[in-house]
Amino acid sequence: MASILDLRRRIRSVRNTQKITRAMKMVAAARLRRAQDRVVNARPYARQMRSFLGNLGRHAEKSSHPLLAQRPVRRTLLALVTADRGLCGAFNANLIRAAQRHLQEHADTETALLAVGRKGRDYFRKKRKLDGEYTGLFQRPVQFASAEQVATQIEMLYGDKSVDAVDVMYQQFKTLLSPKLVTERLLPIEEPTGPAEEAPTDYIWEQPPEEILGHVLPRYVEAEVYRELLESQAAELASRMTAMDTATNNAVELLETLTLQLNRVRQAAITKEIIEIVSGAAAQ
Amino acid sequence: MDPELPTILELQVVTPERLLLSERTTSVSLPGKSGRMGILPGHAPLVSELATGVLFFEQGTQTRFVAVQGGFVEVLPGRVLVLATRAERGESVDLEGAGRARNEAEQALKKSSADQAESQRAQEEIDWSRACLDAADSKRDSNS
Repeated sequence: MASILDLRRRIRSVRNTQKITRAMKMVAAARLRRAQDRVVNARPYARQMRSFLGNLGRHAEKSSHPLLAQRPVRRTLLALVTADRGLCGAFNANLIRAAQRHLQEHADTETALLAVGRKGRDYFRKKRKLDGEYTGLFQRPVQFASAEQVATQIEMLYGDKSVDAVDVMYQQFKTLLSPKLVTERLLPIEEPTGPAEEAPTDYIWEQPPEEILGHVLPRYVEAEVYRELLESQAAELASRMTAMDTATNNAVELLETLTLQLNRVRQAAITKEIIEIVSGAAAQ
Repeated sequence: MDPELPTILELQVVTPERLLLSERTTSVSLPGKSGRMGILPGHAPLVSELATGVLFFEQGTQTRFVAVQGGFVEVLPGRVLVLATRAERGESVDLEGAGRARNEAEQALKKSSADQAESQRAQEEIDWSRACLDAADSKRDSNS
């Protein structure tokens, strides 16, 4: 049986850990609220951009821009969005596992890997060559400028034909408890489907259609990447919050058991002492 | 006048960060890349790129101002959709911040004369802070 001193020491250390996990939970919760707002706020732009591009696409020449070019897929790029830091449950582990499965399933085509987030980078950089890595994006609220950087590199790789398709794998923020791991095809941009409800038959083009389209497409890619990064950040914070909540609860349970144990040991010691005194008195 | 033409415009300004405004208005004026454009309800469908500058629109007797940078505008008969890279309402411009940003960008421009990408970025920054200041200024003029 552990001594009283050992138990006290353990209780103290568990209590300290609990303080930390509780603080981390609070921080994650506060940041999550803001991250959630940002996801919601970013949706109108992404949505309008998609419909705008759809309207344009009906009029402009399809093959007029490298980002619209459909090529036979020989080499794809997988952009894996993980978190920069751990202590967020299975968030990163799930992503890394899914990425590995993706790589195995698509072993017949060559796959280049681009890592966004330190965790994914650290895992894959020892195993294979990374075509790009971005870390530290999630330390603060995600900036649009960071999304621009990532998007620009993706566009370059696609534009100079190093890759023929780009997938993005990330965790979508669905609910607090269950982020959803998704893989989305970013490039080539799929033909806009759905009915052309309000798309007018003809536009006045202030600039040549090809020129406008050429400027819209990169913006579209940036908006998509930005939205995906925001989603990932919100999902990461949600995961961290639930993980830290569980950890705090576990600590509470552990403390209860330890305190009970401590009291038992203490009581046993007292009882033993009394017996000693009593039997000492009785012997006289 | 064609009875089927709408009499109001639905104006939306969105940036990657947020939906900045969604208002009903009777006329919009915006800085197109090839010159300023005035849009009235029932305008023919149009698309254009935007320049950096001030967009303004009428609401009753009031004129409201918005600084915009980059992006596109799509005009439909009853709707104006502005997809800007950056946008800020005139009344919420941080005057001090914008002034400071402009000075900093001007410094950066002087220093970066050799690096083209750098000086272009600085120039954009200057244009943007100027647009912000203009939007804020016009705001004050129209109220007095």
